[in-house]
Amino acid sequence: MREKILTFIEKNSRIDLKDLALMLGVDEASVMNELEAMEQEGIICGYHTLINWDKAGVEKVTALIEVRVTPQRGMGFDKVAERIYNYPEVNSVYLISGGFDLMVTLEGRTLREISQFVSDKLSALDQVLSTKTNFILKKYKDHGTIMAPKAKDERIMMA
Amino acid sequence: MRDPLSKTIKTIEPSGIRKFFDLVSEMDDAISLGVGEPDFDTPWHIRDEGIYSLEKGRTFYTSNAGLKDLKIEIAKYLDRRFDLHYDYNKEIFVTVGGSEAIDLTMRAMLDPGDEVLIPQPSYVSYVPCCVLANGTPVIIELKAENEFRLTAEELEAAITPKTKLLVMPFPNNPTGAVMERADLEAVAEVVKKHDLYVLSDEIYCELTYLENHVSIASLPGMKERTIVVNGFSKSHAMTGWRLGYACGPAPILKQMLKIHQFAIMCAPTTSQYAAIEALRNGDEDVAMMREQYDARRRYLMQRFKEMGLDCFEPFGAFYVFPCIKEFGMTSDEFANRLLQTKKVAVVPGTAFGRSGEGFLRISYAYSLEDLKVALERVEEFITELRAEKEAK
Repeated sequence: MREKILTFIEKNSRIDLKDLALMLGVDEASVMNELEAMEQEGIICGYHTLINWDKAGVEKVTALIEVRVTPQRGMGFDKVAERIYNYPEVNSVYLISGGFDLMVTLEGRTLREISQFVSDKLSALDQVLSTKTNFILKKYKDHGTIMAPKAKDERIMMA
Repeated sequence: MRDPLSKTIKTIEPSGIRKFFDLVSEMDDAISLGVGEPDFDTPWHIRDEGIYSLEKGRTFYTSNAGLKDLKIEIAKYLDRRFDLHYDYNKEIFVTVGGSEAIDLTMRAMLDPGDEVLIPQPSYVSYVPCCVLANGTPVIIELKAENEFRLTAEELEAAITPKTKLLVMPFPNNPTGAVMERADLEAVAEVVKKHDLYVLSDEIYCELTYLENHVSIASLPGMKERTIVVNGFSKSHAMTGWRLGYACGPAPILKQMLKIHQFAIMCAPTTSQYAAIEALRNGDEDVAMMREQYDARRRYLMQRFKEMGLDCFEPFGAFYVFPCIKEFGMTSDEFANRLLQTKKVAVVPGTAFGRSGEGFLRISYAYSLEDLKVALERVEEFITELRAEKEAK
């Protein structure tokens, strides 16, 4: 049941508990219990809202920053990752395979804000060897959601 | 001027679904629960393969029976999913949707006077196709108390010396009924006893929620007397691609192919390439969609229960078929009033035969959000009707 609940709320975290229970064929209380348990266990880490800020008329700049770092003895990449992810303006930090080590996504109000963060904070860390900042120009799809408006239902009653 | 029309065509009524759709389309803010096709887009990898085939310039006819690779994939698919074993070369060919295969079966098999048993409620094309093929349709009225399954007794009672073909429309549109193995075994015995043939329309075979679909052709002694009609419309959300297929005994298929050859040439080439991809890499899509439909189905059943609306639990297709007899109205009246007062469109059960009277077809090929709003309106409507009845 857990996987089914997660599949539904991954797409729609605001889904009505009652509807969810009806669709799974169980009672509301047991869905509620599972949700709470999964929150406790850290399986469900949060309920966020996917916003198209462009449409909201709010200026936002997002950058994907490729960071090469020197891992530290005994802690690998965890320590340096922690130093980076603790900044609130940092959206996500992933350790990745390939030509660099950490992928950092960063959100700011202006290009300047981002470049300042990179030069003053990120590059200033001892373990950081190099950074490469990629600004996002347009979001086509985010978190599995296509940003373009949904097409109208054009199906006709036929079969 | 002379009458330009054939006597036969004038006897055929236009589809009751379309009639209702014309009413709905005059209303721009109506919510529809009326359509009979998936709400999912065709999975992208399948569409992409269609596009790729166009880019490669694959824009010519295929052989009449369809691409060899597609027929091989169909044979493999039927084997792995439904334990059906067909020779791709002689016992399968590709048609323009399941609809064409239904038409071809009737035309290749019927002589004037041959009777075709058609269980109803069922899809709207069996009767007209039978009439156009000079056959005589004989309706078997399925019953709610049997969950709209065909019983051996009902079949036996409808057979005459002229009976040649039985249509088996399961999983069923519009009722959502399925036939389980034991149900089919009973029917198969009668079919064999009376030396009948079967047209098994299995277009909804991937959408069953109790257990895997059983094809009547997979039962002992049935393959040689069954034409299986199937396609990609419902299983892979490919209605607009117009792609189906027929499987059956080679001597029958050979004659069906002749009609197909002269009337159609071949099924659309682009669609055939896309369908190869659908069968090679599409099982997961099918499972995902089935799971979504099943969740909605449970949702609807629970909501009906809350409303106290009588409905047997359907285990196939994407329709529920609630009973509205308690309101003392015909299906047509009910559907019309629901549309006029609450702007929700459903299809009256009578669009699928007289035995659909007192029922509605509600499709759950809609998002949960749509279903939710529509059902709230249905609930308001029936609450008002009950209050009206009370006041009298």
